[in-house]
This record gives sequence, structure tokens and C-alpha cells, in this order.
Amino acid sequence: KRSIDRRRRRRRRRRRRGGGRRRREGSDQTRRFFFWRTRRRRQGKVVFCFLFFVLWGWVDQNKRSERDHEEEGSMLASERKPQGFDFDLCKRNDWLEKQGLKTLKPWSTGTTICGVVFKDGVVLGADTRSTAGETVADKNCEKIHFMAPNIYCCGAGTAADTENVTGMISSQLELHRFRTGRESRVVTSLTLLKSHLFRYQGYISAALVLGGVDCKGPHLFTVFPHGSTDALPFCTMGSGSLNAMAVYESGYKEDMTKEEAMELTKRAIRAGIFNDLGSGSNVDLCVITADGAEYLRNIDMPNPRTFTAVPAPFKIGSTPVLKSKDLPVPSLETQVTVETTATAMDMS
Amino acid sequence: MEAPTKMKEVLTGTTIIACTYDGGVILGADSRTSSGNYVANKVADKITKVCDKVYLCRSGSAAHTQAVAGYANLYLNQHAIELGDKGCSVKAAANIVKEIAYGNKAWMNAGMIIAGWDKKEKGKVFVVPLGGTLMDVPFAVGGSGSIYINAFVDRNWKPNMTKEECKSFVRKAVSLAISRDGSSGGVIRTVTVNEHEQVKEFVTGNEVPVYQDEIQSKGPPQVEFVSV
Repeated sequence: KRSIDRRRRRRRRRRRRGGGRRRREGSDQTRRFFFWRTRRRRQGKVVFCFLFFVLWGWVDQNKRSERDHEEEGSMLASERKPQGFDFDLCKRNDWLEKQGLKTLKPWSTGTTICGVVFKDGVVLGADTRSTAGETVADKNCEKIHFMAPNIYCCGAGTAADTENVTGMISSQLELHRFRTGRESRVVTSLTLLKSHLFRYQGYISAALVLGGVDCKGPHLFTVFPHGSTDALPFCTMGSGSLNAMAVYESGYKEDMTKEEAMELTKRAIRAGIFNDLGSGSNVDLCVITADGAEYLRNIDMPNPRTFTAVPAPFKIGSTPVLKSKDLPVPSLETQVTVETTATAMDMS
Repeated sequence: MEAPTKMKEVLTGTTIIACTYDGGVILGADSRTSSGNYVANKVADKITKVCDKVYLCRSGSAAHTQAVAGYANLYLNQHAIELGDKGCSVKAAANIVKEIAYGNKAWMNAGMIIAGWDKKEKGKVFVVPLGGTLMDVPFAVGGSGSIYINAFVDRNWKPNMTKEECKSFVRKAVSLAISRDGSSGGVIRTVTVNEHEQVKEFVTGNEVPVYQDEIQSKGPPQVEFVSV
């Protein structure tokens, strides 16, 4: 450090020795030349910096659009990454099954559901048997789901799917009712259901019969698991649909009364209950008119339980008493005094 | 008893036809949608309106075509807001359907015929078959039943027919296809679109013409000669 100082001091002295002037006095021309040279050099530096930042910005912009469009991929359909539902977990489940893990069979409703339009509204009907493979999982389940006060939906297929899909769309409809301040329309619930099911390409196994009465009149629709819908005067779904359809085809007429429609629907469901193994137990009906909906749970019970599960208890005195002995049982009561130092809470 | 199997996808397995006549177009279709071997709907309406004076005939998967028709309706309604009184052109409608069909060609099973009337080009028919091509044609047939009537339609269609001639031609073609194709049946629906009107009609099931072997008669079979 000291040597550097000494060097600096020597240089400064040497400079001063040369007189006050540091440079030789040049001509005007030379002075002008040097003046403009430094100016141009400074400008050059400024221009260079400016160009540098512009270039950097441009390259970054390109990189940014690349970053943003990373996911889009190429325009060719064949080169695009697969979109939509992710099936990785399905592959994992298949592998697990191959390893020997037994998967639970989803509960299927294996059902008969149907609906018919009559003069003032619609009647929806359903059986009440829920199966898990070959066993009956629920002998008296509810297949007619609430969508809106004026719209009900029967569901066939996987019980979990039908219940969750109808529940989800029901809450969406309620939010929509709060937003609009109006009664829900059947076509609204139809569009919500069909777009949801179409998104999942048939993997949500829910076949529905949707019926209701709104300001435009009575409506009845079927919704298939793949997302297609049909508007019909009468329709059936589920494993017992052919049985119920046979009854409807022979008994339907236009502008029926409420009683005729209810009787026809009961017959149709009974046809499914007795002729289809996937359907059974009781008949549920739901009658929807402009005045409101009547949910008639277990209106018809053609399969009553005729045996008792528990045998009747024996009458008192049917067993002879040979000997009796009274044993004193010590008292199990003990007195416990609780002493606390805590004072009551002052709430004033 | 086996556990209930996954429901077969609902297909329209159809006969659809559209052809131009002097002053407009007539679209025709049968009304059967099948789910495997079961007829899911015997009175289906396969001719859907996507825009004022433009209709779409659907064939293939019912779910796919209903979704496409829904999207086309959405985009065309948005487009119509900007057009105002001018009205939507059939070409624009057909192009929108083609974009959807071509862009999703790997996952879709939909063959469609778009037909209608617009002020500039009058009656027009466009067809968008399975791969998503777009073709501008004077007449078109589609669906599973179309193969049985290709020759009939090629031979019998004439340019500048009258409305009545065209309607009976369309009905005859669909009835011939119904008589040969198992996936087609029900009623024959027709839609007539021209400058002044858009009329939806249908021929009830018992009035659909039947041909030779279907007719029960005591004497020798009554053979009807289809004019060539």
C-alpha cells in the first residue's frame, strides 16, 4: 500500500514538473477534432446501449410467447398432447389389479325408471332396489332425486354417479335461482347435466330421466351417459327399461289424467320389478304439476316381508322353575365429593 | 345374472339427405336413434336449427353431434349479433362446423350436412363427413342408410326442381333407405327452407311408403318400379 502511495506521489510530482499544462496546445482544428470525437464516442455508447436493451427486450418477448404457448403444442391433432380427462390413475388401478389387489365393485342401481307426460304435468316412477354385483345392497333406496322444487330426476347406472351428478347440478340450479330470482327451467338442468356428462365421455355412468314443469309447460327428457338427450312423451331407462317400455307402448295415450298416468307408471315399474332381476322391492312415484311436486315414497309395496326375522319370544312361565336363590349384590354406589377453588364466572 | 354392463353409446345410425331446388333447400331425415340393438328413440329429430334459416342434419354419435350443434349455435348467435339484419350465411355456419369437426377429428364420430338459405347465395348445401372435410355440393346424403340410396339420388336429382318435386324426391329417398337399413326407421322428417318460410313436417310411421317384400299381399308380389 505504501509503495502505491509513493508511486502516485511521484507521478503527480512528475506531472506538475511539466508545468501547469497537461497537454500540448493544439491547433483549433485538432481541438475541434478531439471535441467531436469524444462527443461521437459518447453518442455511440448511448446508441449501443439503447440497441442492446431493444434487442434484449425483443428476444425476451419472443421467449415469453414461447413460455406462454408451451402448453399449446403444434396445430396438428396427431402431435398434440392428450387433453381432457387424465387416465393415469386408471392405469395405476389396472396395474394394482394385476398385482392381485381386489377392487370394490361399484354399486349399480340396475334399475327400472320411467316417466310420462300427462295433461297437466309429468309422473316419474322408479323401483327401489340397489345392487352390488349379485347381492342387493339396499332394499329400499331412493332413486328419484330432487333437482329443484319443480324438477325431479330419476337415476339409473352407478349409484354414486347418479347421486353426485344430480346433487351437483341441483346446487348449481339453486345458486342460479338466487341469481335470477326465478323458478328453474327444466332445459337449464338438462343442459347442465348433458355438458357435464359429455365432458367425461361416458365414464360417469349416469342414465337419467329428468322431468319437471316450468313456465313453458311440462317437460320430460332422457339423458344418456355419453351426453346425448332426447325429448319424449314417455321414456324408460335402466336394466328394466324394456319391460317398462312394453307397458308404456301398449297403455300410453295423449292427454291422460293424473290418475291414469300414475296407474300406468305403477304398472310399468311393477313390470320391471317382477321381470327384471336388477329391479325389485317397492314403487316410488313423483307427480309434478304446475302447483308443485308430490313425492310419493313407497306408494306401492308389492313385495312385503311375510316372514319375521326374529322368532316370537317365549311366553313367561313356559319354562318350569326348579330352584331359586337370592344373592345379595353389594352396593356399587359410592359418594364422591368434589372440592373446587374456582369461583363462579362473573357475567355482569 | 351378469352385472349390468356399460350402456352402449347412443348412435344416430341414420339416413340424412339435403338437396337444393329452385329457390331453396329441403332437408330430410329418418327418426331412429339406437343404443346397440335397442331403439333408444324412435321419433328423434335429427334436423337441428343452428342459425336463422340454417339447419344441421346429424349422423354418427348422438352425444357428439348434439354437442357440435350446441357449439355451432353459440358461435353463430355471437356472429349474428355483429351481422345484424344481414343474416348468417350458410357458408359461415358450415365453416364453423367444419372447424369443430376437423379440430377434434381424433375423438369425434360425427357426419353432418349443413343446409339453408341466405340472401347472397340462395339455397346452399354443405357436407362435413367423418374426417372434417368441407364440401359444397348441390345435394348430399349421409349416415348408415345413405349407401343404399347413393345410386338412386345420383340418378334422380335434377337441378331446378320445384318445391313439391323436391319434397317427394327427398321422402322417397329416405323411405328407400329405411326399407333397407336396420338402423334407420320411424318417421320421415323434412324441413323446407327458402326466402319466405321454414317449414318442419313429418310423414307418420304408418304413411311411410313400403316396397315389394314388406307388403303382405295374397297374389303375386306387387313390384314397384323405381323410376331411373
